[in-house]
Order: sequence, then structure tokens, then C-alpha cells
Amino acid sequence: MKTRLNFSGVMFWLGMAFLYLPMLSLIIYSFNESRLVTVWAGWSTKWYGELFRDEGLMNAVWRSLEVAFWSANAAVVLGVLASVALTRFGRFRGRSMLHSLVAAPLVMPDVIIGLSLLLLFVSMTDLIGWPQQRGLLTIWIAHATFCTAYATVVISSRLKELDRSYLEAAMDLGATPAKAFVQVTLPIIMPALVSAWLLSFTLSLDDVVIASFVSGPGATTLPIEVFSSVRLGVSPKINALATLIILLVSLVTLVVWWLSRRKLKRAK
Amino acid sequence: MKKVTERLKQHAEHGKRWVIALPMIWLLLFFALPFLIVIKIAFAESALAIPPYTELVTMAGDALDLHLYFGNFSFIAEDSLYLNAYLNSIKMAAISTALCLLIGYPMAYHIARAKPERQSILLLLILLPSWTSFLIRIYAWIGILKSNGVLNNSLLWLGLIDEPLAILNTNLAVYIGIVYAYLPFMVLPLYANLVKHDYSLIEASQDLGARRFTSFWQITFPLSRNGMIAGSMLVFIPVVGEYVIPELLGGSSSIVIGKVLWQEFFNNRDWPLASSLALIMLVLLMIPIHLFRKFQDKEWEDAK
Repeated sequence: MKTRLNFSGVMFWLGMAFLYLPMLSLIIYSFNESRLVTVWAGWSTKWYGELFRDEGLMNAVWRSLEVAFWSANAAVVLGVLASVALTRFGRFRGRSMLHSLVAAPLVMPDVIIGLSLLLLFVSMTDLIGWPQQRGLLTIWIAHATFCTAYATVVISSRLKELDRSYLEAAMDLGATPAKAFVQVTLPIIMPALVSAWLLSFTLSLDDVVIASFVSGPGATTLPIEVFSSVRLGVSPKINALATLIILLVSLVTLVVWWLSRRKLKRAK
Repeated sequence: MKKVTERLKQHAEHGKRWVIALPMIWLLLFFALPFLIVIKIAFAESALAIPPYTELVTMAGDALDLHLYFGNFSFIAEDSLYLNAYLNSIKMAAISTALCLLIGYPMAYHIARAKPERQSILLLLILLPSWTSFLIRIYAWIGILKSNGVLNNSLLWLGLIDEPLAILNTNLAVYIGIVYAYLPFMVLPLYANLVKHDYSLIEASQDLGARRFTSFWQITFPLSRNGMIAGSMLVFIPVVGEYVIPELLGGSSSIVIGKVLWQEFFNNRDWPLASSLALIMLVLLMIPIHLFRKFQDKEWEDAK
């Protein structure tokens, strides 16, 4: 096979331009002096200053990070359990149900998840008096639930490829299945756990629809805050925020990619 | 760590049961049960109360009185606004899925045919945008598409147009936004499928004299059916209920069911009507969701 410009190659790079040009324009216009986002009036970093002075927005950032952190933790724990059940246990009663429960949130429209969970929380408050108030806790439950589905996909695809002989060797040497799992399987699937955690974290950090339904007074997360300001039109402050998010995500991705590549090279 | 292993050892027999039960209970409680409540509220009447709906079951003396209200559904059936919103959403989802497939297939194909050591970086480039904020990437298009935005300014500057094109607040803007946001969901399953293909089949067909396109059309394309179904469902189903993109990029004329549901819930505070709308959407999505699940099951079965 020789490398030459063919149809799929051209389409690929056109698609890439389509994916990246909007992000590039966000970054460029975040350094625009003018308040009118589309009129260029020289370089400036003043919107970054404004962004950090906006207390409402900064508080929302911390709230969102907190929710995302705990949602990712819960999703990885539940995801590992569900993956082990689905890929290791063979057939058991309820397998098909568990499978549906894990697959459906992947495609379920956000408005349906949000509405149905809100109705659940309201009914629960009515029946047992809990949760007393909707807020970060209810957002955490909602996010942990749909993130579990994504975490399960990531983790189970790694578990499927895993060579069973490691586990069998450990058990031949007298380890219980649980011990073999913790000491043999877990370290091997660690990269999958990390990527499942990161995926859940970003999904939680990004959700606006579900959070709008299940949040309560005083519990506005960053996407809710951004959404209400974006609805009013373009604002350079949001461009500055977007630039920071894009840079941070790119940096983390590059570091993770570089680390895994180095590991691969060493293994060779 | 030691303690954890000890504990796990103790529960060796029960362990398996707990591994299944924990995620199962969580998902039953927070994913399945809520749907039953949606069904319940869909048959309730809107009321000026907290929460704003009537109770289905009331105690009348010693007897339980079940009161089912079908008014929400007849209201939805009579007002053409709702029917149009459903049809519009389905049309929009179908067209965007087709567009994603058209653009995404060659992209996935290109990655799958690249050298193995290059594949991971190309895949990373596809995924990277979707790890940054979805909301912010849709927001980027407002700045590009609006009448004095980047696109119009460039076209005016180039002299290709005399006056700005009205793209923002039209259906075209919504399509651009949807394809932009959902493209990675199409490329990923397609790539996962295409990369598993046995290249020797193509070589054999070419040795036998098939043209490049013929061997693609006769071998690769049919073999990638599962990938196409998975990708299409990952795009189609969520797009039917999409709210954020039509709200930000579409005008008041692009009425989709996600937006209508949102307005009924947040602006009109009619929870029962919103529940009925959600219930109908769910029924409509039953077949595509079943298709998606079946495909996923195959993937999990293959593992064994």
C-alpha cells in the first residue's frame, strides 16, 4: 500500500477541518478587544480577567467539578461491577435485563432521562421525605446513573479482550476468584478504568439538560450558567472560558496519549 | 488493600450475587423506576399544587379510587403542533443520521486503513472535540453563522455574496450543529467495525480482477452493516429528543419535540402533559432502541 491522496483521505481531512475550525474561531475571538465578538479590534486578554472576576461563574465551576468528580467515581465502581457481571459470569438470571439497563441510557434522549428522574425525586420526597431538597445530590445521582452506562461500555470492552490464562494461573496458585480479580485483573484493566473515569467526568461536566431538570435552587452548575448566558447571545467571556476548557482537555489528552505510547514502546 | 481482599474472600460465595445486584439495583431504581412514574404522571391531571398534578389513587372511604385521565393524550392528538413537532424531530434525526453516515463513513474508512501506529492518533483527533464541552462547541457556531459572523464576513470580504446569508435561526443551522456534535458517535462504531475486516478478502477480489470500488461495494460495505446500524442508532435516537441544538441554533420555526417538552415543563409547568409527550416519544423510539440493544448484545456475545 502506498500513501496517496484518495477519496477517503480527502474526506477525512475535510471532516477534520469541519471539526476543528469552529474551535479555532472560539480561541481567536476570545482574545478580541471588542465586546462585539465578530468585529476584530486588536489583541487583548481582558476577557480572561473578567471571567475570573465573575463570581457566579467561578462558583458554578467548582460545583460542577465536585459533581463530576463524585459522579465519575460512582460510575466507575458501578461500571466495573456491571462489566464483570456481563462479560465474566456467563448466563445468569436477569442478565438480559441488566444488559438493557446498561445499554439504554447510551441513547436515551436527555429530556426523557431528566424529566423521569425529576418525577422520581418528587415522588420519593412525597413518599419517604427524601431527598428533602433537589440540588447537587440529585444531580450527582442522575449523572452517576447515565455515566455508569458509558463506563460499562469502556470497561467491558477491555475485560472482553483480557487473556483468561492470567486469572486461571492465579486461581491455580490458590487465589479466590475475588482475590484474583483484585490482584490480577484490576491492575491489567487500570487504563480502561482511567479512561472510563475521564469519560464520565467530562460527560458530567458537560450535561445541561438533565441537570436543569433535577437541580434545585442555588445548585446551578457551569453548563446551566453557560446555557442561560449563551441564550442571550455571544459573549467574549464565554469565549475565554471555552478556550481554557479546550486547552485543558487537549493538554490532558496529550499527556495521557504520550504516557500510554511510552508504555507501549517500553513493552516492545 | 489487604483488608479489602480479606473481606472479599469472606464473601466469596455471596460476592457474585453482589456484583450483579449492586449495579442492577442502582439502575432499576434510578433508570427503570422513573419511567414507570412518567407513565403514572402521564395519566394525571395538571393542577395548581406542589407537585403540580393530581393523585391517581385516592382513598374514598374504605375503597381505593383509581382515577385515570386521558385528557393529555387527546389534547396532544387534537393539536397539530404536537404532531408536527414529532414528525419534524423524526425527519431531522433521519436526515442528520444520513449526513453523518455520508461524512463519517469515509473518515472511519480512512482511519481503519491507516498504518496501525497512526490509527490511535487519528482516532484521538476525532474524539478530542467531543471531550471538550458540547455546549461550547454548539455556541461556537452562533459566532460563525450569525449575520455579522465569521462566515458571512469572510464571504462578503471575498466578494462571493453581496449581503449576509441568513443561516442562524434556520433549520440549516440546526443540521450543521447536529452533524457537528454527533459525527464522532458515527465514526467510532464504524471504525471499530472496519478495522476488524480481513484485508485479504479485498486483495483476493482484486486479484480476481475487481475494481477498487467494486470490491469495496461488494465486500467491505455489506460487512460493515453492524457498524452502520450501531452508529446510526447512536445518532438517530438522541437527536429525536435533542433540545440544546434547536434551541440555540434554530429559529422559532424549527419546532422539535424536545423543545416542546421543555417548554411544557418549564414555561407552562404542565408536568402531566410533558410526561405524556415523553411517553409517546419513548414508544416511538422503542424499535430503534431495540435494534441498538440487539446489536450491543451481539458485541457482548462475540466476547465469549
